[in-house]
Amino acid sequence: MSARIATALLLGWLLLVFVFIFAPILASVVFSFNSDRFPTIPLGSFTTRWYDTIFADPEIGEAARTSIVVSLSTSVIATTLGFATAYTDYRYNFRFKGPYLALILLPPTIPLIIMALAMLAWLSWIGASGQLWSIIIAHSVLTAPFAMAIIRLRLNQIDPNLEAAAWNLGSSEWKALRSVILPFCRPAIISAACLTAAVSFDEFVVAWFVSGLNKTVPVIILEIVQGNIDPQVNAIGSLVFLTSITLVVLAQVFFISRISRT
Amino acid sequence: MTEPLVILSGVVKRFGDFTAVHRLDLEIAAGEFVAIMGPSGCGKTTTLRMIAGLEVPTEGEVRIGGRLMNAVPVHERDTPMVWQSLALFPFLNARENVEFGLRMRGIGAAERRRRAVQWLERLEIGEFADRNVETLSGGQRQRVALARALVTEPQILLLDEPLSALDAHLIVRMQGVLTRLQRELGITFVYVTHSQSEAFALADRVVIMSRGRIVQVGRPREIYRAPANRFVAEFVGRNNILSGISRGDAIETALGTFPAAGLPAADEPATLVVAADLVRIGRTPSEGAIPCTLISEEFVGATVTLFLEAADGTELKAQLPERALGDLNLHAGGRFHLSWPADAGHVLAEG
Repeated sequence: MSARIATALLLGWLLLVFVFIFAPILASVVFSFNSDRFPTIPLGSFTTRWYDTIFADPEIGEAARTSIVVSLSTSVIATTLGFATAYTDYRYNFRFKGPYLALILLPPTIPLIIMALAMLAWLSWIGASGQLWSIIIAHSVLTAPFAMAIIRLRLNQIDPNLEAAAWNLGSSEWKALRSVILPFCRPAIISAACLTAAVSFDEFVVAWFVSGLNKTVPVIILEIVQGNIDPQVNAIGSLVFLTSITLVVLAQVFFISRISRT
Repeated sequence: MTEPLVILSGVVKRFGDFTAVHRLDLEIAAGEFVAIMGPSGCGKTTTLRMIAGLEVPTEGEVRIGGRLMNAVPVHERDTPMVWQSLALFPFLNARENVEFGLRMRGIGAAERRRRAVQWLERLEIGEFADRNVETLSGGQRQRVALARALVTEPQILLLDEPLSALDAHLIVRMQGVLTRLQRELGITFVYVTHSQSEAFALADRVVIMSRGRIVQVGRPREIYRAPANRFVAEFVGRNNILSGISRGDAIETALGTFPAAGLPAADEPATLVVAADLVRIGRTPSEGAIPCTLISEEFVGATVTLFLEAADGTELKAQLPERALGDLNLHAGGRFHLSWPADAGHVLAEG
């Protein structure tokens, strides 16, 4: 009996935690469909007006396109780099491997503002600031460690003889990489691609510093908020949230399902 | 005699300061079933991996079919292996696993499929061709691994403790499958194991290794009845090992003097090995029998091994058919008398 009460209490607590996390986002979604200009209760009537205005706004459309290009490019570059470093770690033993791994995993531990300033300084020094690909480079540096960590987890599960078995059956090292390592890592690679795309799509600080005239969606949101209270922000925010949560859920589905299988 | 298929000559393998294999010489004939046996760390797997090209010898030569293989990469060797972990590709189904070697050789899809299915059927797992390998049982996975290695019709098959993950009753069945396959295909099998029963049941010739060296090569029966040295006598079978001094036609040990053939010159150290299954055990004293006390017994079904202790603490073993135990009235602490026929002893010329 007391066990059942304890379970009920724990479930209640869990529910509270979820409410605490998701209430602000839910509020933003609710207000994005509210006709009133100010986010107050009682609510006004239902409207899709704010969505209509953001879709009609060329500046926001441009920012969305920039964000999509940046996050897709970042995803490809960061996942490739992440796979290469994870495979190096899996396959080879060498001196200074510890420092090598530490260096690779370092970027996420650097405060974003420091990272952003450093990126700006470096990119303008090499004459590459304010370009679309400046953001792509910066985001790739920022997200590659996540991709590496995910793919490395997958490679830790591999039977150490699997690659050698492929060589033994007549495949060269490149063929084995393509026909054994890549298929084995596929779920992790897809997860890493989704996750790095999501991080890049949401990232504000670095993007704001290095983007120049190529504003991404988070940068536009800040500009709108700085001007005045505008319900459009709720509409953009809801769409951004939807995009990110989709990517993150996809990453989870591909990865968690594989981990629990082995 | 035709040239051996595999020749290892003066092969040394060092990993840093550790020498895994010391100056190993071994020839394996075409169509021979050879088992390399030894305790873990004896260098048997390293030797197999050098044949496959997964390790490069530090010194010496590996030749297969007359060709020097030291610098030939793994994928150009055609020395397929059945791995201890099986190493099946988890993202491929059973048939695709078997097709892998053919795919790497650029054989067309239809032909690949035909040959893979043929092999799966030959190993009686045709019905599982489209199943994910992770859903198959241990025995079925074992057969997929065999089919995958044999589908390219190699001259040699390497097996690295392939049965160690199976249940006891499956091991015996798979031994039958392996023996039949090897006879039918007429190709060379090199089988690495730490299990005496597997090595003796399967191989034409057994190679015993210890600490990176070959300590005896021979037919299973020769090794069992005539171990070449103390290590083999201890490692193989259940032997009573008594060190002593040669007296010409008898050996003097702490437990008494026993007549034996093949002894070194008088006053040289020698060791008498008596297989436990040749030992006679009785309740009553007799001429030359060793009095001892029963410590424990190991019952495995048809045979029972008795562990006894002589007055000076020497451990002795006797192996009997279970049905012969009836009138012995066994109980720990019981007093018995051990003896053996004069021709049962095997002499080693070492102390």
